[in-house]
Formats: sequence, structure tokens, C-alpha cells
Amino acid sequence: MTTRDLVFTAVGAVTALSALLSVTTKQVVHAALWLLVSLGSLAGAYLVLGQELVGLVQLLVYVGAIVVLVLFALMLTRAPIGPHAEIDTPAWQRVAGALLGAATTTLLASLLLPLFAGATADLDTPTTTTPQVAQAVFGTWVWPFELLSVLLLVALVGAFAVSRLVLHREGADPVSPRRTVTSDAPAGGRG
Amino acid sequence: MIHLSLPAALAALLAGIGVYGVLARRNAVLVLIGVELILNAANLLLVTAGSRPGAPLSAGPVLTLFVITIAAAEITVALAIILVMFRRTGHIDLTAVPDLTDDPDEPTDDGRADLPGPNDPPEASEAADARREPAAAGEGVS
Repeated sequence: MTTRDLVFTAVGAVTALSALLSVTTKQVVHAALWLLVSLGSLAGAYLVLGQELVGLVQLLVYVGAIVVLVLFALMLTRAPIGPHAEIDTPAWQRVAGALLGAATTTLLASLLLPLFAGATADLDTPTTTTPQVAQAVFGTWVWPFELLSVLLLVALVGAFAVSRLVLHREGADPVSPRRTVTSDAPAGGRG
Repeated sequence: MIHLSLPAALAALLAGIGVYGVLARRNAVLVLIGVELILNAANLLLVTAGSRPGAPLSAGPVLTLFVITIAAAEITVALAIILVMFRRTGHIDLTAVPDLTDDPDEPTDDGRADLPGPNDPPEASEAADARREPAAAGEGVS
């Protein structure tokens, strides 16, 4: 166990515990706040692994944008404040979910741990530094990178279009006889 | 120096927790939180694999950045759909029986039809004002 191992164990314990709390808590807003703790400490785990750029992007995008979006969505959908039992599925379904989650963890661990057994990364002389990542992004990976900007634009327009679509539908719904009669009557009187 | 089996174990743990979160929640936003945890497990695994010595093309950190971007796009569209669902049905319970009626009779229709909407021609509102003015004048006299 080196010092980095110890630090990563501590940060990883915080990450796993807060992730567990965010999927089990009975309070809706607390789930989002525990998710914030989990993603923030995962950014710390990236720092320990020697990827400063990924850690900072994780802080900016996940903690700064996605969790805030989730909190806004909770507010806009009138999330109940205080403990609320209705946010969980029935008990048998939760037991099945726990079994499936444990099975996923076991499967992945039994696959990954032999793969990474004995593998070490020497982070004092790192192989991928931030300038190398930048060169790779704008060199080898430049076309996927440009495609991602198109994807972001499409997602933005798509999210806007989804809400506009329903607004149009709501506006088209009240084509009822009452409205046409009331709007026609004064015009006919004047003409 | 760091042993890479630790982050691999954490990635497996996070994926399992995320699967439980997706299956154990009824609130649609909380299901999304489980999806985010699974995505983060994938990110951690990419970073772990990328920090092995001799990983080519800086693929680990670069692909992690790409996955973070895709997650941002995904959650934007997902939250827009959830908000639309809340506006149409009044709840975001994913286990509720869906309303599949073809012609939704919204209870708010009647209340809205009485109000002068922005789509009404201006004559209608002028006529309404004309009807209201004598009453106001009568109040002023008395």
C-alpha cells in the first residue's frame, strides 16, 4: 500500500458511500445532494489517478451543470420536501434491484480485478499529461470532437423542440366551438 | 505509484449501485441519478485503463471527456422529456398506468376558454371593455 493507494481508498469510500446514500435516501432533494458529493469526490479520485483535466471537467460539467439541472428539474416537478415513501418501487422490486446490482458488481469485479491485478501506474513520471491530452484531442480525435459539438447543438435544439411541441399542442387543443363563436360574433356585428 | 485494482473495484461498485438506483426508484429524476452513476463508473474505468503504462493515443482521458459531454447532452433531453411528462400528466411516476386516451380532455380547458387569450382578436377585448365601462361610471356617480 502506497500513499496514493491510501488516499484513493479514502476518496473512493466517500464516493461509494455517498452514491449508496443517493440511491437509498427517502428525501428527493437529498438524493440530488448526495449525488453532488459522490461526483465531487469522484473528481478527487481522478486527481489522485493523475488526470487533472478530467477531474476539473468533471467538477465543471457534472457538479456545476448536471446536478444543478437535476435540482432544477426536482423544483419544477414539485418534489416533496421531507421523507417520502412514494419515490421507491415496492419492496419486492427493490430486493430484486439489490440482487441485480450485487450481481452486476460481482460480474464486473470478477472480470476487472484479474485484468488489473498487479497493474500499477507510476504517477510520478506520468505518461499522459494535460498537454498530451490536448494534442490528442485536437490531433487524433479531432473529428469525434467536432461531431460532439454538433451533438450538443442537436441536444439543445431537441430539448427546446420537445417543449415547443407540447406548447403547440396545448395551443391547438382549444379549437373549440365556444372560442370561435366568441371571436366571430363582434367581427360579424361590425361588418 | 498506485495499484489499479482499487479504481477498478470502485468502478464495479458504482455500476452496481447505479443499477440498483435505476430499478428501485419510481421518480423519473431519481432514475436519472442512477443512470448518471453508471456513466460515472464507465468514466472511472476509462481513466483507470488509460493510466496503464503504454496506453496509446491518450485514449483514456480523451474518451472520458467525450463521455462526459454525451452525458450532458443526454440529461438535457431527458429532463426536457420529464418536464413535458409532468406538464401533461401532473406526476413523474414511472410505474403509474399511462393515460393512452386519444383525445385528452384537459380539465384546464374550460377555465382557459373563458379568459381572453392572446389569440383572440382585439375587437373581443374592446367589446369586453365597453361592457365594463358603464358599470365603472355608475360606481363613480353613486
